[in-house]
Amino acid sequence: MRPILLSGHERALTQVRYNPDGDLIFSVSKDQQICVWFAHNGERLGTYRGHQGAIWTIDVDPTSTILASGSADNTIRLWDIKTGKCLKTWDFPTAVKRVEFNEDGTQLLGVTEKRMGHMGTIVVLDVKIDVEAEQTDEKALTIVCEESKATVAGWSYLSKYIIAGHEDGSISQFDGKSGDLLYNFPIHELNQQITDLQWSQDRTYFITSSKDKTAKLISAKELEVFKSYATDTPLNSAAIAPNKDFVILGGGQAAMDVTTTSARQGKFEARFYHKIFEDEIGRVRGHFGPLNTVAADPTGKGYASGGEDGYVRVHAFDKGYYDFMYEVERERANKLAAAAATAMA
Amino acid sequence: MAPSFDHLRDEDLDDEDFDMDEVDISDLREKYEVQLEQGYDTFVVVDGLPAVTEELKPKLIKFLLKKLNSVGRTSEDAIYMPMGDDGKSLRFAFVEFSSAAEAAAAVRQLDFVPLDKKNTLRVNKLTDVDRYGREGRIDEEYTPPAIDEFEEKEHLRSFMADPSGRGRDQFVMFRGETVGVFWNNEKDQPENVVDRQQWTETFVQWSPLGTYLTSVHAQGVLLWGGPSWARLRRFPHPFVNLVAFSPNEKYLVTWSNRPISIPDSGHPSLSLDDDGKNYVIWDIETSKPLRSFAQQDTPAAGDDPAKKPAKFPWPAFKWSADDKYVARLNQGTSISVYELPKMNLLDKTAIKIEGVMDFEWAPATPRRDGVKAYEQLFCFWTPEIGSNPARVGLMSIPSKQIVRSLNLFSVSDAKLHWQSDSSYICVKVDRHSKSKKSQATTLEIFRVKEKGVPVEVVDTIKDTVINFAWEPKGDRFVIITTTEPVGVTAVPPKTSVAFFCPEKAKGNAVGNFKHLRTLEKKNSNAIYWSPKGRFVVVATVANTQSSDLDFFDVDFEGEKPEGEKDLTANLQLMNTSEHYGITDIEWDPSGRYVATWASAWKHSMENGYHLYDFRGELLREEPVEKFKQWAWRPRPPTLLTKEEQKQVRKNLREYSRVFEQEDAERISSADVAVVEARRRQLLDWYSWRETTEEELIEERLALGLPENPLAELLKEKTAEVATVVGEAEEQVIEEIMEEVLEETEEIVN
Repeated sequence: MRPILLSGHERALTQVRYNPDGDLIFSVSKDQQICVWFAHNGERLGTYRGHQGAIWTIDVDPTSTILASGSADNTIRLWDIKTGKCLKTWDFPTAVKRVEFNEDGTQLLGVTEKRMGHMGTIVVLDVKIDVEAEQTDEKALTIVCEESKATVAGWSYLSKYIIAGHEDGSISQFDGKSGDLLYNFPIHELNQQITDLQWSQDRTYFITSSKDKTAKLISAKELEVFKSYATDTPLNSAAIAPNKDFVILGGGQAAMDVTTTSARQGKFEARFYHKIFEDEIGRVRGHFGPLNTVAADPTGKGYASGGEDGYVRVHAFDKGYYDFMYEVERERANKLAAAAATAMA
Repeated sequence: MAPSFDHLRDEDLDDEDFDMDEVDISDLREKYEVQLEQGYDTFVVVDGLPAVTEELKPKLIKFLLKKLNSVGRTSEDAIYMPMGDDGKSLRFAFVEFSSAAEAAAAVRQLDFVPLDKKNTLRVNKLTDVDRYGREGRIDEEYTPPAIDEFEEKEHLRSFMADPSGRGRDQFVMFRGETVGVFWNNEKDQPENVVDRQQWTETFVQWSPLGTYLTSVHAQGVLLWGGPSWARLRRFPHPFVNLVAFSPNEKYLVTWSNRPISIPDSGHPSLSLDDDGKNYVIWDIETSKPLRSFAQQDTPAAGDDPAKKPAKFPWPAFKWSADDKYVARLNQGTSISVYELPKMNLLDKTAIKIEGVMDFEWAPATPRRDGVKAYEQLFCFWTPEIGSNPARVGLMSIPSKQIVRSLNLFSVSDAKLHWQSDSSYICVKVDRHSKSKKSQATTLEIFRVKEKGVPVEVVDTIKDTVINFAWEPKGDRFVIITTTEPVGVTAVPPKTSVAFFCPEKAKGNAVGNFKHLRTLEKKNSNAIYWSPKGRFVVVATVANTQSSDLDFFDVDFEGEKPEGEKDLTANLQLMNTSEHYGITDIEWDPSGRYVATWASAWKHSMENGYHLYDFRGELLREEPVEKFKQWAWRPRPPTLLTKEEQKQVRKNLREYSRVFEQEDAERISSADVAVVEARRRQLLDWYSWRETTEEELIEERLALGLPENPLAELLKEKTAEVATVVGEAEEQVIEEIMEEVLEETEEIVN
């Protein structure tokens, strides 16, 4: 099927997110706008105005009621999704690079940039998923990253851990309540920054992407690296496809080098890898700049990618995607089906 | 202004505190003391002279002088021949030369030279006699030198025996800072044999028979090989830039653009004689230097200052096919031919050829019709000088006879291309018209093996021929021409690729060379024949716009065009391919595979390699960061006789059946292994998922949380919405139905 091209942004995309129902797509870009779109036809529902700097990150609460965004104007803002009203603004000394709600929407974490003498931090804010409620000014927690600044972070299952990816290619596991550092492991090549961290649906494992051209699948509890996906280009984003055992990776020649190389050099493609076998399965072309962000539809019907070229492309999966199976997978599926059949009988 | 010595006043000098004698300057004295000319360096001792009486002595000295003056300058007065008590000479003489270098030359060139039938000269430096022969240095009793116990060495040709029994070829890859040797596995990941960090500093190179892998370092050249990849030889030529082997791996030439400078403390294998030299010729077996040479001044660019100085010629030393001779061009005057292993100038003089521009040895020992004596051939050419025509000559060594020569007019340049069996040499002659405005090229082919070496002229080609290549072991060739001279233009001009082959002739004779076909409007600039002949790749390399690869078969087994019935070739384009950014191409020694790569030495775009089979089918492509070099390991010539080879060819079907079966089995067993591994991975993953999911639910229950947090939250929310809207729950369910409907719409779209 033809992809839907969302051309509402004027500058490079920074993050794209689906709401948990998979019917809305939120996108943010360096043009200081948040857009919300219908996932099924690409119609723009509206924009959220107020930020005065490039917006780096966005997240939706599990009930699709409120929206959190982090920006280079040194604020995190909360928005009423329905009305577009800004509900709350938290100010920070530096830009906010990543925000994420925990699984029950009671807390929000933010990653702040290291700049102008300020250390990079991860802050935790208590939020109420209620457009009427007064939001607190107090930070529930502040974790200071002394070694290497955090570039991305997220909540594990049960909000038990906060996992952060760092500029030096390592990941950290913090206690979700106390903020104590439990572990720090180098995962990617030294000093190749981690560019994205996205969760599986139950938040027991996650995928990281890095400038070292690999993406890794890691468990939240033991920080065990299950899988590694090697590509030929620096990666900016990685997502885990629900319902199928695939992962989606996006990247391309670093934006600043693009003009000096030929277009074929850019490798501006979304890549699909088999989650378990680590093989590349397919590529989707279309962007004419590196992919800055990819997001999988939580219902498993498609995915969206946002590029340096300022476009969001929304792809619906076709039959081939659903039917694709390795011989051993089909074997297993058949076995399970047979077992189910006998159980029924 | 800083106070100079003149401005110092006397009172500034603390004379009373200063006592010369107290200062110990012995170390400084040692370091800076002028080495007084010891004077003995110019002396040599000549042994092996006949015993003569006083009357005959002047005669002998005169005779000796003749020999001595051939290497340096000396005179009657500088020869002192001591006389014994019996009135006869003591059979030796001291000789003083005018310089130490001449004395050294005398030792090198006159030692072991026969004086007459009975006597052989032995020439040694006086300093050496003093050093080694002084009393106490030599034991009175002879003790035989200790001979080391025989040690089994590694088999240097073990690489010929592929452990998998498939006769695979090896290759070396240099990427990043790592050098690795691999077995070619066609489509699969090459099998690593050895992989080492920083194995070389600049590049790697195989010896011509594949025995050694050469690594190049600031300190010199190292050779590696055998199953353990041990260091086998060391050639310490400081700051070496380039390396060349003799065709049979007996000798090695190293070159550095920096003249060798021997430190005072000496050098492990080079001597003072090598000081200031750029080339060293080494004996590989002993790792000893044979002789060193200084770089010749590149000839002046002439009266045309715009012309770039002549490119530095490499290889400067060219080897005859059997390693017996090595020769160097002295541009415009002569060719110096040296005999191995002594490295003495053949007949003690360079071969004078006025104006000589270039020469090439026959790549195989030639077998001319009716010539039984041993010979090596080289071909040379000289430009027009005054009213004399330009000339191409074929010289036989060691007789120095010109076997064939050809006069040519209006020559602006010539290039010499030998066919690999030395059956032919093609001289590509660029000619200019009288006005020097238009150019044309002729191909003059010498049929070396035929009686009298007939010369055939093939076509006059209007365009500039930019490339030429003979079919190895065959008699066909490919040329690439272009209409415009290749200049510094952004877009290189279009080229044409032309194929030539001999006409059919009776018996074993080879007919006249005829034009077969020309393919126009190409971008190609390089020709790569399979080492076994028949197949040829015509490619566009090191070109930013295009990077085409055309795979041709010149013995196509299909139908032959009517017009080409009389020709000994049937040309067919088998495949075309493209490898973006390609910089180099190399056939494997068996002629089965072609490797192409984009080297980081030339550019940084899409570095990596492709592997094709001989038909041009892409087997494998692998992008490799900082990929620099690929080199197939050469193989020594086959040990099978002609008859045995024929036998193999005859029974090829039977052999291939065995191999095909093996291939099929290997592939299927590999598939089984892959499937097994996948099954395991799948099982591991799902068992992990299962335990994790169970744990998660347990933990949730323990915390008193709902099993599915999202569902719970949504239920709350829908309840909220429902109360706000004031509608019944059933209708809420309807809304969910609506969503599903929307989804069907999407599919219709």
